[in-house]
Amino acid sequence: MIDQAALNLGAALPATLLAFGAAILFVLDISIPQERKARTAWLAAVGVVVSLVISLLQINQQETAFFGAFRADSFTSVANIAALITALVGVIGAKDYLERAKIQRGEYYPLLLMTAAGAMFMAAANDLVIVLIALELLSIPLYVMVGFRRPEPRSEEGAMKYFLLGAFSSGFMVYGIALVYGAAGSTNFTEIFERVRFGELLSPALMLIGIGLIFVSLGFKVAAVPFHLWTPDVYQGAPTPVTAYMSVAAKVGGFAALLRLLTVAIPTFVVGDLVIEPNQTLIVHAAWQDLVAVIAALTMLLGNFVAIVQKDLKRMLAYSSIAHAGYILMAVAAAGSFTVVANDFGDTTVTLTIAQEALQGALIYLLAYAFTNVGAFAVVMCVEREDGSGTEINNIAGLGQINPLLGGAMTVFMLSLVGIPLTGGFVGKWFVFLSSVNAGLTLLALIGVLTSVVSAFYYLRIIVKMWFETGDFAPFAPRMLLLAIGFCVGGTVIVGVLPPVVTNLVQYVTAAALR
Amino acid sequence: MEPKSELLVTLTLFMPLIGVIPILFLTRGREARIKWYALGFSLLTLGASLVLMFSFDSSKAGMQFEHLWEWFQFGNFKVSYYVGVDGLSLLLVVLTGFIMPLAILFSLDHVKERVRLYYAFLLLLEFAMIGVFVAQDLFLFYVFWEVSLVPMYFIVGIWGGEQRIYAAVKFFLYTMAGSILMLLAILWMGNHFGTFNVQEIMSAIQAAGATNQSAFPVGPTELLLFLGFFIAFAIKVPIWPLHSWLPDAHVQAPTAGSVILAGVLLKLGTYGLLRFCIGFFPKVSVDVAPIVAVLAVIGIIYGAWVSYAQTDVKKLVAYSSISHLGFVVLGIFALNSAGFQGATLQMINHGISTGGLFLLVGMLYERRHTKDINAFGGIWKVLPVFSGLSLVIALSSMGLPGLNGFVGEFTILLGAFGSPVLGFWFTLFATAGVIMAAVYLLYMWNKVFMGEYKQPAEAHGHGEAHGESHEGHGDAHGHDDHGHGDEVDMEAVKRAYPPLSWNEATALIVVVIAALVIGLYPRPFFGYMDASAGALAAEVQRYVPGQTTVVQE
Repeated sequence: MIDQAALNLGAALPATLLAFGAAILFVLDISIPQERKARTAWLAAVGVVVSLVISLLQINQQETAFFGAFRADSFTSVANIAALITALVGVIGAKDYLERAKIQRGEYYPLLLMTAAGAMFMAAANDLVIVLIALELLSIPLYVMVGFRRPEPRSEEGAMKYFLLGAFSSGFMVYGIALVYGAAGSTNFTEIFERVRFGELLSPALMLIGIGLIFVSLGFKVAAVPFHLWTPDVYQGAPTPVTAYMSVAAKVGGFAALLRLLTVAIPTFVVGDLVIEPNQTLIVHAAWQDLVAVIAALTMLLGNFVAIVQKDLKRMLAYSSIAHAGYILMAVAAAGSFTVVANDFGDTTVTLTIAQEALQGALIYLLAYAFTNVGAFAVVMCVEREDGSGTEINNIAGLGQINPLLGGAMTVFMLSLVGIPLTGGFVGKWFVFLSSVNAGLTLLALIGVLTSVVSAFYYLRIIVKMWFETGDFAPFAPRMLLLAIGFCVGGTVIVGVLPPVVTNLVQYVTAAALR
Repeated sequence: MEPKSELLVTLTLFMPLIGVIPILFLTRGREARIKWYALGFSLLTLGASLVLMFSFDSSKAGMQFEHLWEWFQFGNFKVSYYVGVDGLSLLLVVLTGFIMPLAILFSLDHVKERVRLYYAFLLLLEFAMIGVFVAQDLFLFYVFWEVSLVPMYFIVGIWGGEQRIYAAVKFFLYTMAGSILMLLAILWMGNHFGTFNVQEIMSAIQAAGATNQSAFPVGPTELLLFLGFFIAFAIKVPIWPLHSWLPDAHVQAPTAGSVILAGVLLKLGTYGLLRFCIGFFPKVSVDVAPIVAVLAVIGIIYGAWVSYAQTDVKKLVAYSSISHLGFVVLGIFALNSAGFQGATLQMINHGISTGGLFLLVGMLYERRHTKDINAFGGIWKVLPVFSGLSLVIALSSMGLPGLNGFVGEFTILLGAFGSPVLGFWFTLFATAGVIMAAVYLLYMWNKVFMGEYKQPAEAHGHGEAHGESHEGHGDAHGHDDHGHGDEVDMEAVKRAYPPLSWNEATALIVVVIAALVIGLYPRPFFGYMDASAGALAAEVQRYVPGQTTVVQE
């Protein structure tokens, strides 16, 4: 007999519902005739919306499910919301695009739902095994979706590349899990936390290597340097709606799992002994912080500098998404600082306020980034030609005059990616930089702000093309796609003008298992 | 009056933004109305700012019409919508309200393309600029500061001259590079003081200063933070040697853009220096004042010198801005009440005079489609009213007594001379700048308005080559073609120099009146600033080494 209280299916409803929905949709889709595949899209959209509503209702929930392997807390809900927003746009925006490109195959929608469910499970994982399974649930359908434009060679090449490297990176994950298990004797985050806390690790070195390997695998998913090499080819080769979707969903999943692992299992993992005097307050940096900070800096630098020389919109946005992974990694690094206070007798108390703010900052960034980046790719869908060509930066010339609404939308997205105030991108950057300064990582924050200026250079070029130059083309602008873009503009601007919307959303997010 | 008056600043701030709504959404098919909406809302903003000015209590030093509304909270950090004005920012708000209708008035006749977007950006820009002057929360301040970049970028990029794209991108990147460091400094301040509220941070710093302590950690932190703010403002001002974006942006911007850029946008930088660099870091300010003042004086002389070398009228005026703003920076870093007041008044004066000069250049350009100083000459003979008004504006810019420029520059020099940190030599070199201003402005005015009347080549039928060779051949040649004095073909003259339109004339006359009012009766303007400037000066001078001993004795 299964213990219903420990299983606690209700708490995990958004993710499980979506996964089951995807499975059912696969079956239903068979009975939907080819010329009416729009119905599959609608059904998928309904599933996403239902799941989104449940996630919003569960925003301040703090529970576990699946016998402690699944954390259904506020963090999960916010990450769910980011993943589901992306999925919604991915479904709605793709419908007309796929039809036009003559690749309207019903399996697109359930596959997309599966990856969304995978990202959500990653956010909720409280056990390394769940992380692995969720990662595969996220990745395998994505491999298929990248190759959706078969037999177009670039699409197939992208899929193949992504699959091979992805499989390889999963190998890292498995090996890392094995090492962590060896060091801590458990794969459960809460138990690992306890072992670290009471110094019961078998070998800190083994732990560090294990974490490093897992980081490689998750770093691959979020396209952190130096594990980013697949990104430009895959982003360019994949059908644009898939690129739009995966550029955010894979990051949501990867970062959620990474943040969970680092802040729940090993936020206080320090190699060596902590020296503290009575009555002293110390800001301590976890052993993994430097590693993450260096990767973050490299990611921001490389992503932004290489994006400058790109001539293709999709490739440029690919490098820009690498750069943005760097900004989020900044918050991840910031989560590695914690405060230790010693009382008169030298007894210490650990508080994770800094990590908590970093977590909230990262989530805000992900939310803002979700709206902005999906929106930017959606505009690329409009500019693109039927056969998938025409995504060069020159092709967007004159969009501001040809279609002021689309041009205006793209301008909002570009300004948001630069981080200009009154857009979501600024609010995200503000919180990420703030948490980084808060954690004592001023140098990292400096690199962050300076690379933002570099990024302005290539984002502004898009605006220059759209508004200051003239061009002549007819953008593809079906109503559903415009609706999706409008949704993204709305989200970007609302987050930017009314930050309380997101700060209230993340206010229940807490770091770690100190309870 | 009291309970309502707290909304007065908010009303002034949001008036232009409200104006954007009808322009963007309520004028489908009625494009002709757009410009009137823009003018109307800019005048309403001016009205609101004047109400603000007249209900301001100039005996108080602190913020007035404060409006505080908690915006959001993140962790331990509270961010609020907090606005207010004091004696130092009040006049700048009024200046913004004053310059914007002038810019729009000029645009009424001359801007024909993408009108909806143009006026929407102008009003958006006004919103952002007023926001910078009234924001009392660092988050809010930074929001307005960065947002002000975007409309200007579009104005230069869409409606600008031939090199507009280069100029627009350079303007954006240059300014952003500076302000992003300020973002870091702001975040550090917020984190250190636990609030982004400017007044709370100020009082924390002043409280520490009153007990001879520092509110900042030991080490270079305070200096680095100062630099974070300073570089952002120095680029905006611009202080030599960070000025290279300015000639490009000014020359390429459309006339209204140049007017706003010179009139208000540059003042965001000087205002920031005064409010944040001096207010937050009095100790560092005292330490670096001589260095900054040297840069300011170099800027004064360099700007004047380079102005004189220009053959492009607009570039000449652009470089003169560098020179004039050198005075403002000098006044600010004199660190005494006279310096602060003179600097603030000079910000207003520069807005009026240089804004006026750019209007003149714009009017010339609209007639002749050239900015080459050698292409003009003898305009006095064909457009006497225009020439007369332009003489007054040029004189006000060079600081002739009785006009506004004199009052500001004189007070600044007085401040620098009596300053505890600067002194005689700074004043001496700065005074040289005043003389040089007379040289280049009179040179320009003389070239353009005096001398032989030069009929544009195309109206003559002699072809372009003739027009170009004109200069080399000197007077004798000129006599051949144009030397018939009053016998020039009046039809051709009318074609080349259409008389001033009512809109243009109004704009110029308003500028001249403003220059005269400030020049002849500056007392009320000083009255507004006196209390605030005095309080700030007292706060800073606590840190002047010699000064403290005097107080103790």
